[in-house]
Amino acid sequence: MLGYLTGFDNDVFNELDRVRRQMDRTLGDWTGPAGIRSMAAGTFPPINVGASDEQVDVYVFAAGMDPKTLNIALQQNLLTIEGERKIELPENAQLYRQERFSGNFRRVLTLPDDVDPDQVNARYHDGVLQITVKRREAVRPRQIEIK
Amino acid sequence: MSEQKEMKTREGSEIQSQSEQDVFVRPAVDIYESGHEITVKADLPGVSRDRLQVQVDGNTLAIEGQAAIDMPEGMEAVYADVHTTHFRRSFTLSNELDSGNINAEVKDGVLTLRLPKRAELQPRKIEVSVG
Repeated sequence: MLGYLTGFDNDVFNELDRVRRQMDRTLGDWTGPAGIRSMAAGTFPPINVGASDEQVDVYVFAAGMDPKTLNIALQQNLLTIEGERKIELPENAQLYRQERFSGNFRRVLTLPDDVDPDQVNARYHDGVLQITVKRREAVRPRQIEIK
Repeated sequence: MSEQKEMKTREGSEIQSQSEQDVFVRPAVDIYESGHEITVKADLPGVSRDRLQVQVDGNTLAIEGQAAIDMPEGMEAVYADVHTTHFRRSFTLSNELDSGNINAEVKDGVLTLRLPKRAELQPRKIEVSVG
């Protein structure tokens, strides 16, 4: 299925996030503790995480990467994504805007406890790195047949 | 284009089509100029060629794109830095650019636009004669 990230696109989610950010700015810690590995809004690369009963999908929005520079590691349920985006500008060019991130990055995410580190799949397509981690069978909800 | 088709099929659910039209992100860009052209590079992760539109209307250059990613059914958002898949940004061009000859290329979610200067307006070195 070709998704439009619609799951992430709904108004409630947007609104909550906007409010959280605003509270963060004005009230500091009052909104409760932030994730110990969470990063400031606007950090490159932005990441979305989706979960279903079968798997957890991590989408890393990193356009213009050389996939060879990407380093992905999953230790238990701790996912580390490292990479380097090189931006080369012609030497004698006059630069007007430089907004695109350049350099090394590293992001660490805590995935749900039941992910299986042996079943990880990653692919890079149109500037999005998609990492799929299967969840362990045992914890999936099962339909019990009535005899 | 396919993008318009999507919009049409979604007209049924008003809220969604409205939120998709109104909410968009400004892609990060690099802009630089060399002797004969200006180059614009824009980060549009998830946007493939057929979902990307570059338009020149008068002296306005508009970049618009829709990101699409493979997402299995039944997936729920757990965490999101990105909330919208609609990219949009525009720039005003200046007269010395040859808007009829803009070259656009997209690779790995990065759009590269080359805007050449009109031939007669490209910088020329003026020889200073001694004597």
